[in-house]
Amino acid sequence: MSRRFDAGYYISEGFRSIFTHGFMSFAAVCMIVACLIIMGSFTLLAVNLDSMLGDLENENEMVVYIDDGLTEEQARFLQPTLAQVPNVSQLTFVTAQRAMEEFKAKRENNDLLADLPDETLRHRYRVHVVDIEQMAQTKADLESVEGVGDVRAAIDIANGFVLVRNIATGVAMILVGILLVISLFIIANTIKLATFYRREEIAIMKMCGATDGFIEWPFVVEGLLLGLAGALIAFFAQWGLYQAVAKFAIQGNGLSLVTIISYQSMAPTILAVFSGVGAFIGVGGSLFAIRKFLQV
Amino acid sequence: MIRFIDVYKEYDNGTKALKGVNVRIDDGEFVFLVGPSGSGKSTLIKLITAEIAPSEGRVMVNGFNLTNISPRQVPKMRRTLGVIFQDFRLIEKKTVYENLSFAMRAIGASNRELRRRIPYVLQLVGLDQKGDRYPGQLSGGEQQRVAIARALVNNPSMIIADEPTGNLDPQRSLEIMMLLERINELGTTVLVVTHEKNLVNRFTKRVVAIENGRIISDETGGYYNVEKI
Repeated sequence: MSRRFDAGYYISEGFRSIFTHGFMSFAAVCMIVACLIIMGSFTLLAVNLDSMLGDLENENEMVVYIDDGLTEEQARFLQPTLAQVPNVSQLTFVTAQRAMEEFKAKRENNDLLADLPDETLRHRYRVHVVDIEQMAQTKADLESVEGVGDVRAAIDIANGFVLVRNIATGVAMILVGILLVISLFIIANTIKLATFYRREEIAIMKMCGATDGFIEWPFVVEGLLLGLAGALIAFFAQWGLYQAVAKFAIQGNGLSLVTIISYQSMAPTILAVFSGVGAFIGVGGSLFAIRKFLQV
Repeated sequence: MIRFIDVYKEYDNGTKALKGVNVRIDDGEFVFLVGPSGSGKSTLIKLITAEIAPSEGRVMVNGFNLTNISPRQVPKMRRTLGVIFQDFRLIEKKTVYENLSFAMRAIGASNRELRRRIPYVLQLVGLDQKGDRYPGQLSGGEQQRVAIARALVNNPSMIIADEPTGNLDPQRSLEIMMLLERINELGTTVLVVTHEKNLVNRFTKRVVAIENGRIISDETGGYYNVEKI
């Protein structure tokens, strides 16, 4: 009798043992679902936090004041030069007259400002940057451009955003990492319990001359199926949970400071990641669990 | 063929289970291995099935040198053996037929080979009408016949039976031993580990006696001499 890779047998055995050991399969799927939802919730929180920080970052602009001596035409002429400064993403020219109008508009009914001439303020550019972490360098680069009088940048605020984002990302990554390890451990133990009931079958197979690969494959198939089933259930459960939390967050957010990313827009990525992680912990847990029983 | 050449086995806890065992079992023989509990019988069987390795000496089984056998070679060696246990070790959730097909699948047999071989083996052990029964629906003797059929189904050159009649009444024990004798007559080497003096003496086969890790007697056509052991 020759040894061959009998995929049909491995798949049918994998399927069959899911139902033969129904309770253990149910427990393993529940564990995978719970782990994925916990990890998914933290990740989605981090993604939304990142997005909100991104929005706030975009509102953090620099103001480049042009030398007093330059006319409006000369000030406008600087635009291409300023646009070439690294990290500059967007430039908006504001004339001295427009700047004064805006200044006065914010201070209505103030008679002291009524007679101020338009030339009191300087022509200026509002500048948005690509990466606020490089804001200090960008400020220095803009200041070195001939014709620029001064640059105002809220570098402390920018650094604050960077710090918050880095902490949020770091905490989320550490939590997801820890949860992944815990998940693997829990799944491995759940499957180990299931495997324990089948140690006799494994011992018999080994005594008949089965190779480790032959014994492992049905467990790999089983782990993969349990992982994918758990991922699918977790995907829809996460969807419901996310919608409920999003609804609550929007309702309690009178000032509209919080913007929530729609689940649908992330759905393909979430499904792919859940499937990948589910398959990984299912198969990894199976192989980890069976290892001990193969040493016969 | 089995050859033990000056084999010693000491476990990690310091127990010296075998102390210089030399024994040779040729193809086609029927051998009883007898001895009291703790004499080293189980260690000897585990060495034959490559569950453990010797501390010293050489163990040869069906052309494989088990002293330095690679993990990849172990399954190939085990396919030359059929092992029968006292507690039958059948899978309760599988029918008799499935228990046998499970063993054949383990070595990569095709459906065609299953359909050809299993009915023949079931007929050989007298269970051709009970392929669809579960182990729990069979008597102890019938369950042991299933275990023998499973050991035979991959057509091994040697059967190792570890206390095969330990859970059976005298009549069923005799039937099982007669079945093993018949299997031996068909050309398969049979090694039976047993305590049962009456059964051993009834068959007048080669009897290897082990005590305290040493072979103390090896008599062809001998019997279980209690005084000697």
